[in-house]
Amino acid sequence: MIGQVVFNWICQMPVHNRKKTEKWGRSMMKPWKAVKRLVPLFVGLALLLSACGREDLSVLRPQGTVAEGQLGLIKLSITIMVAVMIIVFGIAAYVWIKFRRKPGQTDVPKQVEGNFKLEIIWTAIPLVLVLILAVATVQKVFAYGENYSNDKNAVKVKVTSHLFWWEFSYPEYGVTTAQDLIIPTGKKIALELKTADVLHSFWVPSLAGKTDTNTDGTINNAWLEAKNEGVYLGKCAELCGPSHAFMEFKVKAVSEDSFKAWVESMKAPAVLPEDPAVAEVFKNQCLTCHAVGDQGGPVGPNLTGIGGRESVASILLNEEGSGKPVGGKPVKDNMVEWLTDPQKVKPGNKMPQPKEDLGLTDEEIDAIAQYLADYKLSY
Amino acid sequence: MAHAHSVKRHKGLMDWLTTVDHKKIAILYLVAGGLFFGIGGIEALMIRVQLAKPMNDFVTAQQFNELITMHGTTMIFLGVMPIIFALMNAVVPLQIGARDVAFPFLNSLGFWTFLFGGLLLNLSWVMGGAPDAGWTSYTPLSSSTYSTTHGVDFYTIGLQIAGLGTLIGGINFLATIITMRAPGMSFMRMPMFTWTAFVTSAMILFAFPAVTVGLVLLTFDRILGANFFDVAQGGNPVLWQHIFWIFGHPEVYILILPAFGIISEVVSTFSRKRLFGYSSMVFATILIAFLGFMVWAHHMFTTGMGPVANALFSIATMLIAVPTGIKIFNWLFTMWGGQITFNTANLFAAGFIPTFVMGGVTGVMLASAPADYQYHDTYFVVAHFHYVIVGGLVLGLFAGLHYWWPKMFGRVLNEGLGKLEFWTFIIGFHLTFFIQHFLGLIGMQRRVFTYLPNQGFDLMNLISTIGAFLMGVGVIVFLINIAISFKQPKGVDGDVWKDGRTLEWAIPSPPPEYNFKQTPLVRGIDAFWKEKMAGNKEMTPAEPVGPIHMPSPTILPFVMSVGLFIAGLGFMFTNDDFGNSLLNFLFGNYIITGIGLAITFGSMLLRSLFDDHGWHVEPEELNDKGVKA
Repeated sequence: MIGQVVFNWICQMPVHNRKKTEKWGRSMMKPWKAVKRLVPLFVGLALLLSACGREDLSVLRPQGTVAEGQLGLIKLSITIMVAVMIIVFGIAAYVWIKFRRKPGQTDVPKQVEGNFKLEIIWTAIPLVLVLILAVATVQKVFAYGENYSNDKNAVKVKVTSHLFWWEFSYPEYGVTTAQDLIIPTGKKIALELKTADVLHSFWVPSLAGKTDTNTDGTINNAWLEAKNEGVYLGKCAELCGPSHAFMEFKVKAVSEDSFKAWVESMKAPAVLPEDPAVAEVFKNQCLTCHAVGDQGGPVGPNLTGIGGRESVASILLNEEGSGKPVGGKPVKDNMVEWLTDPQKVKPGNKMPQPKEDLGLTDEEIDAIAQYLADYKLSY
Repeated sequence: MAHAHSVKRHKGLMDWLTTVDHKKIAILYLVAGGLFFGIGGIEALMIRVQLAKPMNDFVTAQQFNELITMHGTTMIFLGVMPIIFALMNAVVPLQIGARDVAFPFLNSLGFWTFLFGGLLLNLSWVMGGAPDAGWTSYTPLSSSTYSTTHGVDFYTIGLQIAGLGTLIGGINFLATIITMRAPGMSFMRMPMFTWTAFVTSAMILFAFPAVTVGLVLLTFDRILGANFFDVAQGGNPVLWQHIFWIFGHPEVYILILPAFGIISEVVSTFSRKRLFGYSSMVFATILIAFLGFMVWAHHMFTTGMGPVANALFSIATMLIAVPTGIKIFNWLFTMWGGQITFNTANLFAAGFIPTFVMGGVTGVMLASAPADYQYHDTYFVVAHFHYVIVGGLVLGLFAGLHYWWPKMFGRVLNEGLGKLEFWTFIIGFHLTFFIQHFLGLIGMQRRVFTYLPNQGFDLMNLISTIGAFLMGVGVIVFLINIAISFKQPKGVDGDVWKDGRTLEWAIPSPPPEYNFKQTPLVRGIDAFWKEKMAGNKEMTPAEPVGPIHMPSPTILPFVMSVGLFIAGLGFMFTNDDFGNSLLNFLFGNYIITGIGLAITFGSMLLRSLFDDHGWHVEPEELNDKGVKA
C-alpha cells in the first residue's frame, strides 16, 4: 500500500500541488536559502518524474479508461511483489549477517531436515497472494476483452498495418486515413485490427495496451477511449522488419464536433496542385498508389490533409503539429527530406525512390512537397 | 572381435575428437559453450552500443535485426545450454557413483551434433546474412517472402542439428540417472543437482520434439514451397507461435532448473548444513516442470486468443510462483543456523537469490494478462527475462563453475579475482537491466534498432549500455582467472572445500578415467558427508577391486555430425542459382544433401555392423592415480 501511495504522489501529482510545495518552501525562509535547500529536492523530483515518462507515451501516466485500469492492476501487483521482496531480502540479509562462519569455528551445525509448519506457511501465503492477483486479473481480462463492434455508441475503426505504416478506415463514415488516428474524446473506439503483410502490434501506451494485428482468419478486436483531447504516441510492438523502430503513429483525440468536421472535410473532393504540370506529375507518379480525397489508389498511405498531420512518415515530426513535438521541423522540410530519399529515412520501406525509380527532379519534389505541406483540413 | 581387451589410445587433438569420456566431453561442452557465449556477448555489446544514444548509426537496421536474432539464439541454444550440459556431464555421473554415462557413444554424438549445428548457424554471418526475424522467428516475417536471405534457413537447419544433440543428451542423462545409480542411492537420496538434471532431461525429451517439428515445417515452407504458415494457401501464422512456445516456455525451465540444483549444492556446502526441506525441493522441481508445460500461451496474450484462454493461462502461470517460492525459502532456511563461508562460488549463489526473486516477481506481474498488454514486447519483458536467465541461470552457472572447477580441472580458481569478477558482473548486470523495467513502462518497445530523441529514453539507455560493458569486464576477469589457474600444478585435494557432501568429493580431483576404483555404497542423503561424520575418510565400497570395463574411443560421432552439417548446408541452397551449371546440378538435385546423409547413415551402418566391446582397466593399473583429464 505504501508503494501505491508513493507512486500516486510521484506520477500523478497535479501540477498545482508541485507549485504549492515551492511556495511553502519560500515562506519558511529567505529565498536564496530556500532555493539552495530545495534544489536537490527538485532535482530528485525531476528525476523521479522523468522515470514516469511522458504524459502522451507512458504506461505510468494513463490518459484513457483502459490504460487507467491496466495501471491499477500494475500497481496492485507491484505492491504485492514489493512486499514479497522486502520479506525475502530481509530474511536473506539477516541470515547472511547472522550466520557467517566465524574464524576457528569447528563445530558442525545442526543438520535440519525441514520444518513442516514453516513449509506449509510459505506454500499457503504465496497461494493467497496469487489468488488476490488472479481475481483482479480475471475481472479485467473480460472487461478489456469486450467487443464493442456492434455497439451503436462506439466509433468503429478498421486498423490495417502495413510495412511500415498504419491505415485507419471508418466504415460508418466511409473515410480512410493513415498515420494519425483521429478519434472523439469520451467515446469508445471499437477497433478491428489486421495486417496486410507481416504481423505488427498496435500499441498506444497512454491509452491502452497492445493488440497484435494478424493475418486474415485471426482478425482481432480491441477498444480504447481517450478522456482528454490531445495527441498520444502509438508504436508498433511486434518485430516486423528493418524499420520496426520507425513504425510509429499518433492518436489524436478531439472534441466530438471537431471529429464530425474532420469527417466532413475528409469527404470533400480532392484538392490537386494548382500548377497543371505539377498536378500531372502528382497524378501519374503519386496517385497510382496513394489517394487524396476521391482520387488515387489504396496501395500507399492516404494523403488527404497530410500537411496537417503530426509527422511525415511517422518519424519526421512536424513543428506545426498540435502535439507540439520537441525537435520538430517545418512540414515542408520534412516532406522534402522524405521525398528526396525515403530509404534513408525509413530503411526497407516499400515506396519507390522518387528520384531513382520515378524520375522526379528536385524541382518537382519541391513543388509536390509544397503542395502536400499546404494540404490541410480544417476541423 | 569377440573379446576386445586392447584399445587404441589417441593423443592430442585425436584424443579430443574421439573421446567418449564424460569428463572430457564436459570440457568440450564448456569450451564450445564458452566460445558461443563469448560470441553472443559481443553481439549483446554491439546492440547496447547501437542503443547508447538516440538515432545512432553504429549498425544498420538490418544488421541490428540480425544481431538481436543471433544474440538470443546463440545465448540460449549454443551458450548456456551447452554450459549446463558441461556441468551435467562433469558432475552427474560422479554424484550418482557411476563410471560413465549410460551411452558414452551417444554422449559424444550429442556434443558433436550440437557443435556442428552451432557452427552452421554462425556460418550465416559470412554466407549472405544472419537470420533476422528474431529468435522467435514469427511467421510471416520469417517466411521466404519477407526474409529473402538464407539467414532463416541457417536458423531452421542449424537449430535442428543442434537440437538433435540436446535431445540425445537429455535421453542419455535420463537413462544414466535411472539405471546407473550406485547401490543404496534411491531416488530420494539423489543430490539436488542430479535431481534437477533428471527433471531437465525429462523436459528436454518432451519439449525439443515440438520445436523440431516447428522447424521442419518452417524449413518445408521456405525451401520446398509448402504452406503450413502461409495464410493465402490456407495456412496459419499463429500456429507457429503455438508450436514455438510449447517448446519455448518449457525451455526456460530447462535452463533454470539446473541452476536451482547448483544453488542447492553450493548453498548447502558452504553453510555446512544439509538442504532444508529436501523432499519439498524435489516436489517443487517436478511441479515447476509440470506447470512449465501448461503455460506456453502467456507469451501470446496479445495475439488475440480471447478472454477465456487469457484468464486460464494467467492463473496457471501465477501458480508457478508457489513452488518457486518454496525453493527460495528452503535456500534461506538452509543457511539459517549454518556457518556460511562467502567464497566466490557462494557469493554467486548469494547474489542469485535476490536477483532471481526480482526476475520471479516480474514474472508474476507479466502473468496478469491485462497488465501484460502493456508490458508485452517492451523493455519491461527484456528486463524480466534477463533477470531470470542472466540473474538466475548465468549467476548459477558461475557459482557452479567456481564450485566444481577444482573437480573438473584439479586446480582452484583465484578467490581475489573471483570476487572482483562477481562484483563487476553483478553490479553491471543490475545497472544494465534494472532500468530497463522503467524503459518499457514509459513506452519503449523491444527490438527497435534506434529511437527518436526527446522521449525520455536517452539517459536510461546510456546507463544500460555502461552496465553492459561492466558485465563484459566481469567475464574478462573470469577468463583471466581461468588462464592463471592453469599455471598451477594439477591435483588439488579431492575434497577441496573440506565440506563436500556428495560423492564427487570422495574421489581425486580430477577424477581418474574410471571415476570410482570401487563403486561406493550409499547409506543416506549427502552420502560422503555421512561417512565423514561417521569418522570415515572415504566411502565404503560396494564391490571388491576388479577389472573395470571401459568404452572405446571412436571418431564416428564426429564423422556423423560432419555428414549432417554437409547435408544441411546442401539442402538450404537447393533453389539457388550459382551461375555455374555443375554447382546448380549438385545442389539442385540434392546430391550434396545425399552425400552428407550417406556419410551419416554410413557411419551408423559401420557402428551397427562392427561390435565394439570396449576394453578393461585391470586391477594392477588402478593404483596409478589420476589419468589425464
